[in-house]
Amino acid sequence: MADVSLHGLAKSFGPVDILHDINLTVEDGEFVVFVGPSGCGKSTLLRIIAGLESVSAGEIRIGGRRVNELPPADRKIAMVFQSYALYPHMSVYKNMAFGLKFAKTNRAEVDRRVRQAAEILQLTPYLNRKPRELSGGQRQRVAIGRAIVRNPSVFLFDEPLSNLDAALRINTRLEIAKLHRELGATMIYVTHDQVEAMTLASKIVVLNHGRVEQVGAPLDLYHRPNNLFVAGFIGSPRMNFIEGKVRTVAESHVTIGFAGAEAVIEGAVARLAPGDPVTVGIRPEHMAEQGAEVISLTGRIDAVERLGEASYIYMKLAGGSDVVARIPGDLELNPGDEFTARFKPQALHVFDAEGRSVRAAKAL
Amino acid sequence: MNRSIRPGRIAVHLALMLYTVIAIGPILLIVINSFKTRRAIFADPLGFPDARTFTTIGFDQVFAKSDFGLYFFNSMTVTVLSLVLIILIGAMAAWALTEYRFPGNTLLTLYLAIGIMVPIRLGSVSILRMMVELNLVNTLTALILVYVAQGLPLAILILGEFIQQIPKDLRDAARCDGVSEYRIFASIILPLIRPAIATVAVFTMVPIWNDLWFPLILSPGDGKQTITLGVQQFIGQYVTDWNAVLASLTLAIAPILVLYVFFSRYLVRGLTAGAVK
Repeated sequence: MADVSLHGLAKSFGPVDILHDINLTVEDGEFVVFVGPSGCGKSTLLRIIAGLESVSAGEIRIGGRRVNELPPADRKIAMVFQSYALYPHMSVYKNMAFGLKFAKTNRAEVDRRVRQAAEILQLTPYLNRKPRELSGGQRQRVAIGRAIVRNPSVFLFDEPLSNLDAALRINTRLEIAKLHRELGATMIYVTHDQVEAMTLASKIVVLNHGRVEQVGAPLDLYHRPNNLFVAGFIGSPRMNFIEGKVRTVAESHVTIGFAGAEAVIEGAVARLAPGDPVTVGIRPEHMAEQGAEVISLTGRIDAVERLGEASYIYMKLAGGSDVVARIPGDLELNPGDEFTARFKPQALHVFDAEGRSVRAAKAL
Repeated sequence: MNRSIRPGRIAVHLALMLYTVIAIGPILLIVINSFKTRRAIFADPLGFPDARTFTTIGFDQVFAKSDFGLYFFNSMTVTVLSLVLIILIGAMAAWALTEYRFPGNTLLTLYLAIGIMVPIRLGSVSILRMMVELNLVNTLTALILVYVAQGLPLAILILGEFIQQIPKDLRDAARCDGVSEYRIFASIILPLIRPAIATVAVFTMVPIWNDLWFPLILSPGDGKQTITLGVQQFIGQYVTDWNAVLASLTLAIAPILVLYVFFSRYLVRGLTAGAVK
């Protein structure tokens, strides 16, 4: 099938740089998710791979072949749009067959492929309907069906679930995952929703301001974020950040003070010197640990959100930092109460003044 | 749904009915009187024809004294060809101006928009001179060229607005499907702007059919007259053959009415298509 590789890709609209020096490889059969806040350039990157936008610099290869100069139709890609982009005046059947008609595919073959795609997506009863007679979820499936019939090497999804309601979104998410298993095709998926990214991806690409911040497997990004941006973007609610200072640096560990507590981080970190400012990160879900080897931070509760199986408490630490902690749902706590968050030092993420993770640096 | 009749509704209906009477009245008057004797037209202009006053002398006159079939054919040719050219060229220009970025795009759009503000009749003298030089005087081609020029600016403006409302994703999806730019225009853009095309057609068709000015100065010659010009021969300086004038006007109204009914179906459909989900 096909792998996709981007080399030194850059894009600017006039004087505005949208993408800077993107280098990326998508292996054959991989499900890669581009994730990032709005305006980070992820959709532009997808449109560049599709051939709907030109590049200012760099090279795109699909299946080892340079495709910079090829129009979308010759790149063996199929794209699913956020707005579905169904042709409103054509039936579901014609929507799916439209592209094939011009690819000089014979009629019987077109019919076979459309019916097969309709079968996979459970659209057979709706083949003669117009898009406006379908629900949002069905429209989305037609859009995916239109991509399937082209039998592409690479599927491109541009935020395909953002127009669906919450329940349907989870359903369709599962269907897309199933589709990927069944077709085994390379898929590139753009979203701003980190939950979608975590659940679907075999590899996540985090983008910010037109740069790749980190590439890795979902749990890799969760456990070992390279920098402050990735740490804050992956995980919900987002990671708590507390300002701290390096106290002492030894051969095998560093001591860091923050919010009135002190933590010993294992591993030598050459970049840090005593007195350096650092940012300490701790995920809300790691803040209600028990046991001997825990660090504790005490603060006053501002608000409590009860979800049932868990509660989120918003509290202000002695040092003035606001943090969120996830605690078991049966704990009876109210705003104004005092709460002591406890966590293991291994759960701490430490970032230097430039926002780079000092642990990731160790791994390098 | 509240189906009870409120005073506001009655007022609206009264106003609309009054407008309908004002709009249809003159046409009805023409049709009624075209079937009456000359005496009856002047004695009782508002009365319906009865057994005593009914006559088809006006129609007989029209067919006997003038080449009505030819005038009719000329008008039809000019109107239909102008309409087709305006819609085709207008839609293509609108598509190009809204879809593609090229140097001079804005300037070209502005240039075409000026045509809406400047009445083409201001240029009558130069147009006539030009047509003389081109040897196009007394041809239907001259009329068609002028009408296309007259209709294009508004057509481009209206169609451009509509094309802009078609989601960009649709065109991108078609491009991913490997559909050529021409096919995108023909198979996606044109069907989707059908209501706009109907609007443009109605707004450009009626003035062309009714125009007397340009036929009078550009092709008044025998055999090239349009219907509006043909009718003029029954209006004399001293004697006007009212029977014939009214009869030929009645005949002239019919085809434009048919075309209007045809296009207005799309007009109404265009207005309601989005509302019904």
